[in-house]
Amino acid sequence: MASALASVALSTTFARAVPLPENSMRIGAEKKHDNPLFKGKAFRRVSMAVSVNVSRFEGVTMAPPDPILGVSEAFRADTNDLKLNLGVGAYRTEELQPYVLNVVKKAEKLMLERGENKEYLPIEGLAAFNKVTAELLFGADNSVIQEGRVATIQGLSGTGSLRLAAAFIHRYFPDAKALISSPTWGNHKNIFNDARVPWSEYRYYDPRTVGLDFDGMVADIKAAPDGSFVLLHGCAHNPTGIDPTPEQWEKIADVIQEKNHIPFFDVAYQGFASGSLDADAYSVRLFVRRGFELLVAQSYSKNLGLYAERIGAINVVCSSSDAGTRVKSQLKRLARPMYSNPPVHGARIVANVVGDPNLFNEWKQEMELMAGRIKNVRQRLYENLSEKDKSGKDWSFVLKQIGMFSYTGLHKAQSDHMTDKWHIYMTKDGRISLAGLSLSKCEYLADAIIDSFHNVD
Amino acid sequence: MGDANLRAELGSPGRRLGTLARHLGVDYSPASSSLMASHNASEIVTPSPTAGSYGGSVFTNVVQAPEDPILGVTVAYNKDPSPVKVNLGVGAYRTEEGKPLVLNVVRRAEQLLVNDPSHVKEYLPITGLADFNKLSAKLIFGADSPAIQENRVTTVQCLSGTGSLRVGGEFLARHHHEHTIYIPQPTWGNHPKVFTLAGLSVKTYHYYDPTTRGLNFKSLLEDLSKAPRGAIVLLHACAHNPTGVDPTLDQWEQIRLLIRSKGLLPFFDSAYQGFASGNLEADAQSIRMFVADGGECLTAQSYAKNMGLYGERVGALSIVCKSADVAVRVESQLKLVIRPMYSNPPIHGASIVATILKDREMYHEWTVELKAMADRIIRMRQQLFDALRTRGTPGDWSHIIKQIGMFTFTGLNREQVTFMTKEYHIYMTSDGRISMAGLSSKTVPHLADAIHAAVTRIK
Repeated sequence: MASALASVALSTTFARAVPLPENSMRIGAEKKHDNPLFKGKAFRRVSMAVSVNVSRFEGVTMAPPDPILGVSEAFRADTNDLKLNLGVGAYRTEELQPYVLNVVKKAEKLMLERGENKEYLPIEGLAAFNKVTAELLFGADNSVIQEGRVATIQGLSGTGSLRLAAAFIHRYFPDAKALISSPTWGNHKNIFNDARVPWSEYRYYDPRTVGLDFDGMVADIKAAPDGSFVLLHGCAHNPTGIDPTPEQWEKIADVIQEKNHIPFFDVAYQGFASGSLDADAYSVRLFVRRGFELLVAQSYSKNLGLYAERIGAINVVCSSSDAGTRVKSQLKRLARPMYSNPPVHGARIVANVVGDPNLFNEWKQEMELMAGRIKNVRQRLYENLSEKDKSGKDWSFVLKQIGMFSYTGLHKAQSDHMTDKWHIYMTKDGRISLAGLSLSKCEYLADAIIDSFHNVD
Repeated sequence: MGDANLRAELGSPGRRLGTLARHLGVDYSPASSSLMASHNASEIVTPSPTAGSYGGSVFTNVVQAPEDPILGVTVAYNKDPSPVKVNLGVGAYRTEEGKPLVLNVVRRAEQLLVNDPSHVKEYLPITGLADFNKLSAKLIFGADSPAIQENRVTTVQCLSGTGSLRVGGEFLARHHHEHTIYIPQPTWGNHPKVFTLAGLSVKTYHYYDPTTRGLNFKSLLEDLSKAPRGAIVLLHACAHNPTGVDPTLDQWEQIRLLIRSKGLLPFFDSAYQGFASGNLEADAQSIRMFVADGGECLTAQSYAKNMGLYGERVGALSIVCKSADVAVRVESQLKLVIRPMYSNPPIHGASIVATILKDREMYHEWTVELKAMADRIIRMRQQLFDALRTRGTPGDWSHIIKQIGMFTFTGLNREQVTFMTKEYHIYMTSDGRISMAGLSSKTVPHLADAIHAAVTRIK
């Protein structure tokens, strides 16, 4: 019926005011709206039919909700008092409130007092930010910085920085593949897909040990075509929380070197994982020390709590400053048709905090507090699980894993059970965000995990 | 598979050579090595660009990109030490003193936000700040727009105008059956790049008539009438960039009739609402005409100029659909475009806009400050026109006061522009566009001198 009407409407020319048949699906066109905007005879309200009745977007299907961000939506809709949101990785205080860092508030007040303008940033972003972000990551005295070999572009947090890099890979390395860990952050695949970079997975998580499948990882990286881009989580692997040891990092570097692969780090938790900025940059600095050209995407969402400001950077370490200059110019060429230039607010906050010794120290302290709270929560959860679970299952992975997330080992049905019965919101891959957990709720969570693990197949 | 094996073979000698080269202090680049070529003479000569990162660079093939033509003007301006230099390049408003301007009402909004303990920095939804979206739709379509009241509009916060155009373009490339977009000739330099990278194929329609320095209306209609059914048409809602030439309301009506009869899909770029005439409602007329006929359209809104929020990157993409059901589905698909691009948009600028738009008194203050900016630009137009007349500069310069918005398409050619930059330190884009917002009463005489010299000495 609808398509018949549509074809009638389509064949109708617009020149005549042809009344449509009864039961027409037109919306709005027949109503006489007294729109005060349209006065005078130069223009009259058009109440006749528009030639196409059916939307040209009629065939657009409903997209599924984002698996991670959709969790918060579902949580908000839940009215149960016991509900717990362990979905998205956003830090919460012990009172389960969002947290704006004190240094951030101070920086914003300073910025307002100074009365800075809101002019367009250059395409590559705020120069002061680009400088401090590279220094923070590599160390200010690192040779790559001294020699001007790093191309740094301010990006839209981690996602935007990854996307710029992926677009760059697509344009300049059209035959190259990206290798991503299995599992990895859900959005990594989407980013490479939309940038049209083919990808394949390397083994990472070992469900038997709830640890790293190191041999599988090395074997898969070795088996990939030479010159692939290997996506590595700099620290606090998302979603598993499982990081390679320093010895393992060296061996990973060996195989990457052997295959002429290009390391591509995603650093979203520098300072947030262990509490130490330098310690969390260990893996990146190791690869730099070994002479690799590499890419690093950074985010200040978690470590400075600047989630919604969208502040991050893409860094490309090149073998020469000339290459760095050229690479930077091409990254700009990709950013311009995407959003022209990046937002200034978050960049200024970072530049102010990192650039001022007092604020920088204060930041380090706040970061230690945040990382410390998560470690405490891990400890409490582990204790609760071990005490309450009589099966003898080894829950120590909760302590060994690092960062905001824990990979519980629960599968989809079990994760669904956590939500359906216990009103605990998490992603379906079994990942929980410890940042959303308070000490007082650890016991409840332990009960839920034990129940889901043992009683759901 | 064959390629991978080949790369594995090439990689080995490449690495050894690379190591050797490093020890010898030789700059080795696998791509240029003749040794490599002879080693595999019968096979593909060019080694993988990602091979041999030791001693060479994987980025060997990456060439230096030229500066962006528009933003590059400011780069060049900044390098010039001359005290009389004038920057008429990028469209950013300047005060009479030549300074950037942060609106008073914007500062007030920021103060409120900083002092509000409930204002946190949690991730926005993928579609952005809900209040901002609703208020933006009302601003552009009118609060009583039937499309809004019938829930047929989906609005998503994006990164200013550019981001809105890009997200809209990507959505159309994925979900619209016709992938050609017609853009006016000339148009903002970034338009073709945005749409090409979004996955659309770009064609042009006649717009500017250099002989009249006005609208080539006849050819515009001819070109659009030849467009295939469903083709997308980019329209500047007001204050066309770079020409400043807008259709009259009558002409807009004819454009609308043509677009609707041909089943074309209009995509409005609205970067100057309120900035062009000084009146928010008047500057939205063209869009509202299209929405009023019940048809579908896309609109990219920017708050860069009209709220002076340039660097905050605040804008919105609205898609007006035939039904509320379609709008819901369209929104869900827009989220799939946004999530792998930047996940969710930045909060600061959108919060400022929402704070202002929802408060009656702040909204009013905004309209006053906005009108003041628009009026100053109109004054500059008049002053420049008068200055050229006083100098007896050859030619008809009435287009300076006829054109509308931030820019004037002077009609000066490339050589004349180069001359003006070199001899008079006037910085502008090579297409002859000048940003009136960058002029002041003090600098108008200097510009008039420059134009006079260019026109009389260079043809």
